[in-house]
Amino acid sequence: MLDVTGINHTYGSGAKSHTALGSITFSIEKGEIVCIVGPSGCGKSTLLRAVSGLLPPTAGESRFMGELITEVPRDLAFVFQEYSKSLFPWLTVRANVAFPLKARGMSRRQRHEVVDEALGWVGLADAVEKYPWQLSGGMQQRVAIARALVCQPAVLMMDEPFASVDAQTRAELEDLLLRVRREYDTTVLLVTHDIDESVYLSDRVLVLSKAPSTVVSTLTVPLGAERDQITTKETDDFVHLRGEVARLLRYGTAVEHDEAGVAEEAVPVEAAVE
Amino acid sequence: MSRLVRNIVGTVGVLAVCELVGRSGLVNPDQLPPPSVIGARLVEMFNDYEFSVDVVETISSWAISMVIATLFAVPLGILFGSVPMINSATSAIVEFLRPIPSVAMIPLALIAFGDSYDAKIALAVFGAVWPILFNTVHAIGDIDPVQINTAKAFNLTRRQMLTQVKLPAIAPFVLTGVRISAGIALILVVSTEVLAGSAGGLGSFITETGTGGAQMDLAIAGTFVAGVIGFAINMIFEWAQRRWVNWSDGDRAR
Amino acid sequence: MTVMEKAEKKVTPRASGTSRRRRTVEILGKWVVFAFFIAAWQLATTLAEAPYFPTPSTIGATMVDLWLSGPASQLWLSDAVFHDVVPSLLRLLGGWAAAGLVGVVLGLMLGRSEKLHDYFSPTISFLRSIPPPALLPVFLVLFPIGTPMQLATIIFGVIWPVLLNTIDGAHTLDETVVETTRSMRLSKPRFLATVVLPAALPKIFAGLRVSLSLALILMVISELVGSTNGIGYQMILAQRNFSLPEMWAGVVLLGILGYVLNVLLLAVQNRVIGWHTRSKSLTGR
Repeated sequence: MLDVTGINHTYGSGAKSHTALGSITFSIEKGEIVCIVGPSGCGKSTLLRAVSGLLPPTAGESRFMGELITEVPRDLAFVFQEYSKSLFPWLTVRANVAFPLKARGMSRRQRHEVVDEALGWVGLADAVEKYPWQLSGGMQQRVAIARALVCQPAVLMMDEPFASVDAQTRAELEDLLLRVRREYDTTVLLVTHDIDESVYLSDRVLVLSKAPSTVVSTLTVPLGAERDQITTKETDDFVHLRGEVARLLRYGTAVEHDEAGVAEEAVPVEAAVE
Repeated sequence: MSRLVRNIVGTVGVLAVCELVGRSGLVNPDQLPPPSVIGARLVEMFNDYEFSVDVVETISSWAISMVIATLFAVPLGILFGSVPMINSATSAIVEFLRPIPSVAMIPLALIAFGDSYDAKIALAVFGAVWPILFNTVHAIGDIDPVQINTAKAFNLTRRQMLTQVKLPAIAPFVLTGVRISAGIALILVVSTEVLAGSAGGLGSFITETGTGGAQMDLAIAGTFVAGVIGFAINMIFEWAQRRWVNWSDGDRAR
Repeated sequence: MTVMEKAEKKVTPRASGTSRRRRTVEILGKWVVFAFFIAAWQLATTLAEAPYFPTPSTIGATMVDLWLSGPASQLWLSDAVFHDVVPSLLRLLGGWAAAGLVGVVLGLMLGRSEKLHDYFSPTISFLRSIPPPALLPVFLVLFPIGTPMQLATIIFGVIWPVLLNTIDGAHTLDETVVETTRSMRLSKPRFLATVVLPAALPKIFAGLRVSLSLALILMVISELVGSTNGIGYQMILAQRNFSLPEMWAGVVLLGILGYVLNVLLLAVQNRVIGWHTRSKSLTGR
């Protein structure tokens, strides 16, 4: 579904240049949830923007269903970290969620149906006529997710979507995302700094090194489709995996891992003590 | 192309278009001369003693009114703003008096003051006082009580409180008020000069040369000079704000 | 319940009950103070007997004479209202609206195109610095006397606050907003109309309010200098006749007009960008 090859991105030029992304290569299959974790400043957000077409990379390419990405593809939706700035303050919740549909020319009655369904689905059926500033952070992010889903995207890109909400809301939103994948079979590429979250949510975890970053390792998460905030996090598999991810982030040493034959990168990286 | 280059290119382009239009015959060249003609006149005019006197008179009238208005409005504003009762009372009055356009009083002032120069100054002061007063009163009211309490905890005298805490705190707002007043005062000075006819000043020069369309090149050149004065005043204030009070975002006009 | 939800619950009930009462008291208080002010003014002018300062009662009587002495069928408005006040108002509002429209459209485009803005910003900065009265003699020659010349003066003077504020509002669009709309693949016109414009509306309204007071000023001066009817024209006539109460009547009328127009515009502003004022009041900025 999504093929990323050799993405490199450098900001600025000459002496003041900063290479955020060294060379990133990976692929995502349909229906997968893939989480990207990395130390702060490793360019995770840059990667998401470069891959999705928001930012033309300095080198490398990404392909969506075989087609080269030069601008954001039609079937790709984005959810940003700052929901308060991503939602339009002058529109009600309903109008916000309907916005992309309106841009695509959907009729009003159809829009109404689709929007109400999406909002009901994320649990905000009561808030349709409210304005974003009247909602809590978690509710605003749900609106943003509903807006992203309403166009039925093939791929959902999420940039640290749950970083700005409290822990309890984060747990609810994580489960919401799992439900989304279960019911709509959406492919998700999610960037996060939270190790637990990356393991809990994903089918695969991509660990990035420090800038200029490369994929240090790819871990497969064999935790099954049905997950629970409490019981899953107690399993041995979970504990072991999160430990590996934590070690990779801290020491950057390559780790052997494989069950489904997923490519692993044995790239030696400088030890980085956090 | 860098920003500066684009600035220059754009400006030159605009002037070039004006030059072309002026020479093309689309407009009457006596009524609307092209920039080159106006430029030539400008050079001549600045060698003319009388014109320079006019320019100086306008600028000095403006400056005098601004000084008087500020010296009058700031202390008054601090006084009004510091006493809550007076504060709410006066802000009600100011709210009703502020919308009166001071230019409406030009005919009145011209017959009330025998001398048009006095009328000019009086009007400009009157017009300039309101924004400064308004902003100062609001600024005093808006001072963070935490800052006052901190100063009190340091046992500052009343005088020190005023000079070292209150005045710096209200400076950005007062400066914004003064900046707005500067524009109003210039408008009033020039308006009075235009309406008073043959009194001194740049406005008067433009009126005399422009009447009947006889010397439009001089009139437009005079207008250009007025624009330069206005531009210089704006630049000075923007610089002043950046230099002294850019630690606050109190540059929102009210 | 999150902190945010609790805070919201606290705000809403209070907003309808107590604050409305408080606001009515505030408004009444203002008018009471103003009434005292008028009384004091009356006292001062009666005692001083200065020829250039007629008493408020004299001014009031003059105003009624001038403008409210018509037949009941015309709502008691005198002919002078239709001959002078209405044309002035039409010129004022027409010029202001035209300048506003052009200013907003140009401002949106210049605000989003760094390059275009760079080309024109020195010209704009200069033109806006010209004190409008300096242009009056020039416009008198270029445009026919009366409405055309006045409209030209008003439009040319008033377009700048709107233009500059719109550019500012369109320019300071948050990075996340821009990325959100790019991820939705909006066309440029749609982007400008449905995202940039609403986002810039608070600043645009600030510019429109400044423009309105400026339009009033320019309407007056242009009428003082070159018109055949209008409030300013009536004041010049009064000046020639040395009729001080009539001159003061004009001043007061203009003050009332300015006040009412501003209140109306504020009401419109609250209607249109209520989402902004209310959310700002919650965050306290």
